Amino acid sequence: MERIEEKLAILADAAKYDVSCSSSGSRRRNNGGIGDASRSGICHTYTEDGRCVSLLKILLTNHCIYDCAFCVSRRSNDVRRAAFTVGEVIDLTMNFYRRNYIEGLFLSSGIFKSADFTMERLLLIVKKLRLEERYHGYIHLKTIPGASEELIKEAGLYADRMSINLELPTEAGLKMVAPEKDHESVKKPLALIQNQISTYKAEKKIIKQVPSFVPAGQSTQLVVGATPKTDFEIMQVANTFYQDYKLKRVYYSGYIPINDSHSLLPQIGSAPPLLRENRLYQTDWLLRFYGFKLEELLDPAHQQLDLTVDPKLSWALRNPQFFPVDINRANLKEIIRVPGIGRQSAMKIIHARKFGRLYAYQLQKMGLAFNRAKHFISYADAPFILGAPSMETIKQAILSESTSKYASKVHTHQLTLF
Amino acid sequence: MDYIFDGSYSGYLTGLFECFERSEWDATPRSAAIPQGSLFGSHRVITTDLTKAKRVQTGLMKQLGAKDAEAFFHVFLSENPSAWTSGYKLIQQVFKGRPNILKNFGEHDVLYFVKTLKQVNRERHRMKAFVRFSKCTNGLFFATVEPDFNVLPLIATFFKNRYADQSWLIFDVKRRYGILYDQTNVREVHLTTTLAGGPSAEATSFSLDERDDLFKRLWKLYFQSTNITARRNLKLHVQHVPKRYWKYLVEKN
Ligand code: SF4
Repeated sequence: MERIEEKLAILADAAKYDVSCSSSGSRRRNNGGIGDASRSGICHTYTEDGRCVSLLKILLTNHCIYDCAFCVSRRSNDVRRAAFTVGEVIDLTMNFYRRNYIEGLFLSSGIFKSADFTMERLLLIVKKLRLEERYHGYIHLKTIPGASEELIKEAGLYADRMSINLELPTEAGLKMVAPEKDHESVKKPLALIQNQISTYKAEKKIIKQVPSFVPAGQSTQLVVGATPKTDFEIMQVANTFYQDYKLKRVYYSGYIPINDSHSLLPQIGSAPPLLRENRLYQTDWLLRFYGFKLEELLDPAHQQLDLTVDPKLSWALRNPQFFPVDINRANLKEIIRVPGIGRQSAMKIIHARKFGRLYAYQLQKMGLAFNRAKHFISYADAPFILGAPSMETIKQAILSESTSKYASKVHTHQLTLF
Repeated sequence: MDYIFDGSYSGYLTGLFECFERSEWDATPRSAAIPQGSLFGSHRVITTDLTKAKRVQTGLMKQLGAKDAEAFFHVFLSENPSAWTSGYKLIQQVFKGRPNILKNFGEHDVLYFVKTLKQVNRERHRMKAFVRFSKCTNGLFFATVEPDFNVLPLIATFFKNRYADQSWLIFDVKRRYGILYDQTNVREVHLTTTLAGGPSAEATSFSLDERDDLFKRLWKLYFQSTNITARRNLKLHVQHVPKRYWKYLVEKN
């Protein structure tokens, strides 16, 4: 193998546990050079584990002076080390981009020498891409915890998205496995960038030519299942971060054991909690796009998500007082809360019913999961039921209809949302 | 009544214009390029007339706005005669004073139209993702594709904006034409065949840039390295990247 191939193998492998691959949300235009960032993002291919490949996701180096137990690149781990040169990263990015392999670059790094030294290198790469290569494609840059304000601010002028990983949902958990890290070193840059984004936005209203600052916003990642935290605790942290730092996304990553030496972490070979990860994403989605409040889905008395059914169905089963929802009269907010109906089909219903009352045969063709939804709605020719059936009966009916789907979900990872 | 048109969108719209002239509401569009249906049934041969086509197009824009008017072109590119017929039915309704017909998701023609539209747009999105350029010695980046629908017209602007500073060619193998960008304009190119029936010398004389193979290898390597074996899920993989696209994807070869 040539040296560049070896480096790529090592540094892509080390970066792959960062789940964020999103290339959406930016609106960088191509002016006179190459590339743009499309608003909706594009997955150019999918890995054999079914994840979207949108960005060239690599580390600049996997040398690191720290020793975080959950990380493959930790100092004490016995792995092959490599480091790209600045030029190599640029060459790879440009050549992959020009061949339409990728939407852009996701660059992160282990910390070598010092946080600032590392951040300077990352900054140099994005600057060269933008200014010398006239590259306008997507760039996601990892903020290095502990890097100086000036460097972070300058990087924000060239990156589309910046992120910094919380990794573990609670401070105590983080201290246990990564003694050198704390939540403060993550919160500070998040707040700093959020501040800059707001300032630039405010200025943009007055002067047009203000450069865009991290136009696709910030994100963070939470590792799930490394330490014994409940879903409620995890979602509480996520929720606060959405609110306090206006994050674009929180990613939940089922912990994949990579370390046998640490007794607190799951051992190598134990399966990553994929179904649980899926349930957390579904909950996240309900909070952000379906108007749910966290307390409706999880609370101190109710700390874990139900693995057998998705969180929306689970909520509906616990709240029979809201059902049935009358498809021909209810408002959008009520309709999207029905299990089996997503935002798109809810919109279709709202439009279609202007032409007349809707019947079962029409609903069945509108792209909703009618067999699930029918237990929770009434429509023009809905059977009249004396005394509502108990929610337990409904749950059994739904589960038996879709046994295969729910049963197989426990083993495979499939991100279907409702 | 079958309306046989020349296979172009202008022909399709001309046919529609004429069905209004004759009040023939059962007009069923058929392309002369795709032989099907009974040749002996009652039919008319439509001669493409740009003025008529233009009038329908302007009318649609006025009634529906640019986006929905454009939807009829997208559905047309599906090359699916049933969807073409649904399109006729809906345009007839629009001009009969029901411009919001497209929102009546309780009706068959609307659902079929919308379903087809979705399929075409999905294919368009796929082509934005699955095109893989190779670099030639003369600096041209070229790719071959075989989309389910005739979506090249729908991706030209995307590639033009993104790859503004490089020349590129995307060739549809199934429909035997391509779009070529010369850093100024995009135009349609057709494969001229030699007498022997093979591709012309010009079309096959490209030779690959000396570093092209290196980047193909690096991309494949990247694809493998970024995979997490513990999460392996081939079913999902194939669902996202159906097998029929594999032969044009560097990482799957
Ligand atoms: S500082 Fe980052 S790269 Fe280094 S060991 Fe910790 S998580 Fe890994």
